[in-house]
Amino acid sequence: MKNRSLVSISDYSKQEILRILELAEEFEKQPHIDLLKGKVIASLFFEPSTRTRLSFESAVQKLGGGIVGFSDSSSSSTTKGESLNDTIKTVSNYADLIVMRHPIEGSARFASEISGVPVVNAGDGANQHPTQTLLDLYSIKKTQGKLEDLNIFLVGDLKYGRTVHSLLEAMSMFNPTFNFISHEKLQMPKEYKLFLDKKGIKYYEHEQFTDIISRADIMYMTRVQRERFSDPIEYEKTKNTYVLRNEMLKNTKENLKILHPLPRVNEIHQSVDNNPKAYYFEQALNGVYTRQAIISAILGLK
Amino acid sequence: MKKELKVSAINNGTVIDHIPATNLYKVITILNLDKISNAMTYGSNLESKKLGSKAIIKISDKFFEDEEINKIALVAPQAKLNIIKNYQVVEKKVVEVPDKIIGIAKCVNPKCITNFEEVTTKFTVINKETVDLKCHYCEKITDQNHLVIK
Repeated sequence: MKNRSLVSISDYSKQEILRILELAEEFEKQPHIDLLKGKVIASLFFEPSTRTRLSFESAVQKLGGGIVGFSDSSSSSTTKGESLNDTIKTVSNYADLIVMRHPIEGSARFASEISGVPVVNAGDGANQHPTQTLLDLYSIKKTQGKLEDLNIFLVGDLKYGRTVHSLLEAMSMFNPTFNFISHEKLQMPKEYKLFLDKKGIKYYEHEQFTDIISRADIMYMTRVQRERFSDPIEYEKTKNTYVLRNEMLKNTKENLKILHPLPRVNEIHQSVDNNPKAYYFEQALNGVYTRQAIISAILGLK
Repeated sequence: MKKELKVSAINNGTVIDHIPATNLYKVITILNLDKISNAMTYGSNLESKKLGSKAIIKISDKFFEDEEINKIALVAPQAKLNIIKNYQVVEKKVVEVPDKIIGIAKCVNPKCITNFEEVTTKFTVINKETVDLKCHYCEKITDQNHLVIK
């Protein structure tokens, strides 16, 4: 992993993923150490973000590193018409590692090819967001004590949601069973189902919540976005079909945890928040440890 | 009756036959034939049992490397090459879809970085029969129906 960019979750082998999770566990026990002293991390957010940017910056600061960068492109030379090529070549002179979010798909791979320092992709449009996947895996491992043989439910927008696609790919290394719950228009794309077929992984598709959720070890919720529907009435109907409410969790497994990459709109009712099975806010905290692990592994400090 | 050639024979060089007529100019662009000074003749909209309507190119004193010629498999998968020396066919070749396509095709995804900045496109051919190309950058698939040559 040393000196290698992280653009897509498939850049890491199973061993490398497990190594990151191990390191994250170490950082959770001891989050404040001066590992990054004298190092500068560039945080280039061409697009707004709350959790990802703040958890990266928090991760760097807890490790004693410095941060330079911007939190939206209007405060960078992009507004003067500077190309991404020039921005990356310049910034790689100033920093030991670049964390970048950019709305254009493939921008992170491109940046990693022209940058003199490693690039960590913090989201390139609808394409990849590998650090989210790693923190999801960390959350699953931490709450279930293992990654193998779990029954994973993916709920909501399974067609466009990049987090569910990367999670599906990564979890497929650990012999899972998948259950997909979504509106027929937002079903898991064929290419991912073919991928599971090839690997011999079982999956079941449902159009609504049923008693089947009593089998879940992990329920991964995602936001259904209004812009995915051309018909606003259909959106209004759909939005309310996939709302998880506290009473629905009555017969679910003891070990069930509910995850969500956040931000949520209404797909998890607030009544769920106090249920011990709700895990999405802790999941966001795990993002800090996971990103500490990623940065220090890439810089060869761990 | 003697068969009349629609495009006259060449002494030395390469004949590229069985190009779909609609893709003749794409083949010319891909092989950079519009930038060379070799004598060249071509015919288009010729009758073909296989393709319905085909095109043929004859280029004097030009011989292609496999790697170069395979690029045209994207637009002329059934193309056949005859290598001519002294008016004789000395070798016949068929084209083969390569594993990687670099700098020829355009990515179908309007939000891909290759459509915003000066980036050489790179694709992995994930299905050689249907010619499905996976973009190295945005990871989206460009299929043959959406294939645009740069």
